[in-house]
Amino acid sequence: MPPEETLVTVRDLKKWFPVRTGILEDLFSKEKKYVKAVDGVNFQIKRREIYGLAGESGCGKTTTGRVILRLLEPTSGEVYLGKQEVFSLTKRELNEFRKRAQIIFQDPYESLDPRMNIFDFIAEPLIVHNIGDEEKLVANALKTVELTPPEEFYYRFPHELSGGQRQRVAVARAMILNPEFIVADEPVSMLDVSIRSSILKLMFKLRDELGISYLYITHDLATARQVCDKTAIMYLGKFVEEATTEELLRNPTHPYTQALITAVPVPDPTGRKSKVAISGEVPSPVDLPPGCRFRTRCPYAMEICRKEEPELVKVGIDHLVSCHLVKE
Amino acid sequence: MSFLDIRNLKTYFTTKGGTVKAVDDISLQIEKGDALGLAGESGCGKTTTALTIMHLLPSNAIVLSGKIRFGDVDLLTIGEEKLRKDFRWKRMSMVFQGAMNALNPVFKVGEQITQAILTHEEITKESAWERVEELFSLVGINPARAKEYPHEFSGGMKQRAIIAMSLACDPELVIADEPVTALDVIVQAQILELMRSLRDKLGLSMIMITHDLSVIADTCNKAAIMYAGKIVERADSVTIFKQPEHPYTQGLIANFPSISGEMKPFEPISGSPPNLISPPSGCRFHPRCPYAMGICENKEPEIIELKRGHFVSCHLKRH
Repeated sequence: MPPEETLVTVRDLKKWFPVRTGILEDLFSKEKKYVKAVDGVNFQIKRREIYGLAGESGCGKTTTGRVILRLLEPTSGEVYLGKQEVFSLTKRELNEFRKRAQIIFQDPYESLDPRMNIFDFIAEPLIVHNIGDEEKLVANALKTVELTPPEEFYYRFPHELSGGQRQRVAVARAMILNPEFIVADEPVSMLDVSIRSSILKLMFKLRDELGISYLYITHDLATARQVCDKTAIMYLGKFVEEATTEELLRNPTHPYTQALITAVPVPDPTGRKSKVAISGEVPSPVDLPPGCRFRTRCPYAMEICRKEEPELVKVGIDHLVSCHLVKE
Repeated sequence: MSFLDIRNLKTYFTTKGGTVKAVDDISLQIEKGDALGLAGESGCGKTTTALTIMHLLPSNAIVLSGKIRFGDVDLLTIGEEKLRKDFRWKRMSMVFQGAMNALNPVFKVGEQITQAILTHEEITKESAWERVEELFSLVGINPARAKEYPHEFSGGMKQRAIIAMSLACDPELVIADEPVTALDVIVQAQILELMRSLRDKLGLSMIMITHDLSVIADTCNKAAIMYAGKIVERADSVTIFKQPEHPYTQGLIANFPSISGEMKPFEPISGSPPNLISPPSGCRFHPRCPYAMGICENKEPEIIELKRGHFVSCHLKRH
């Protein structure tokens, strides 16, 4: 049983997607091939915590978020929301779980139904869960996301709203069932800079006023720094490092984390320039080589990295690293 | 005289909903070897400015007024034929946004670049291929891979190939529209490094169009900030980042997250960018400006030179 203050516990989560190669190979090859999108991930999110999951595209961060919410079925592992194990829920229980855990998608130009007006779109979860009182609850939700006066937005359609307003509508829909936990999948990456911070501020407000915890999925470490209490760096389906965000950025220990950080350009023409510390790009996630997944790009790769996969070890308070270079 | 001198340029679009004032009276100067960052939010007119320079506007666009002096000619009056023959690709070229995904999948990457060369220069196919191989080494791809197809390239390599293509006819000016936007951070750093080194090696002048201020800080010596079809402020990059004078520039910079340095509290700019069919009266930023005064609503501020090379368009700065 996870400790009391922990809201989300993820244990050894795996999501493998089978690779379809063709009918002949399906029939005759001995081994099935998989994309190991998420391959043994462990972490916990405390109540009121914003937990960041960062990495390059294809590292498995979005899949992790979706499997936790059971929008995708896991290959193996356990996820607890409070005391409830998510993967063993029956269909009816899953319906109840949906009230407690919600998601905000990346692109508000895609995630809103273009043929549904704002009222119906936000009220839909209330109808699905048979809650009623739609008028009042939708009005409240719109007020919370600062789209006021609410009546002015009821009968508008997504195309009449700006990107920032759309994302507010998406947030309103995610919070209307009063969830404890929201997966926010790159919620500001499609928005203009001047709009981003107002959406982030809104997420903070929901955390402070309603006690919502977030899994914040991002590729942008500068935003993670502003938003996340803790951050994990993912590479090819595994965590390579996890720490409080300040510690992670100040004292990055895994060579991959270090390379990510030095690659980020700084908005200061007198500051350091972005630097390329590692070569190449993320290799194909099919048929991963044995040993450390990062060794093909790692400037410090040693003999052992070829043979053994490193474990996550503790290198400081709340600081975990998976690299043969570091010892506990 | 400046290398590229844009004066009072107006480019409008006729649409069903009305006339979109996409670029509305902007002026810009670039000196040889400059890298100018053109920043602003989506729909502020950055790309339209670039397409006007390149003479690649769609048919519903009208260039209402202005001059674009490049060397000793006005690009707006020399005529399409001469521009195509002597300027586009040869003296100026463009890296389009998302072009790496527009490579033709059924032709070899090198072949697509030779097509660009052969269209513009009277040389043999063999020497065009040689040029492609040189260009590939210049942008850091193994020249042997010129004979591969786009699907064999990674995202970063495709973007390098597109940059190689823009350099195919040895231009003096390269306009890059969001060249790193869809790339992962490590590949992004590789491309930014490449652009910096190309500028040094070839003495290129560049215009970088981006919404990402850190990309400008990383690669450009000058910056211009656009808002709703206008340039609200321009100066050298250090001035723009260290002493921004326009409230919009200040807001953008204050809200731009950084991975290092002091943590800034959130001070979001309220509201959202206006639609350019009926932009706000007076100063276009006034509905969102924390310092808006009576005059801002009624009168459009002129752009004034606060100090040498630092231009601002704001009523607060009137002397």
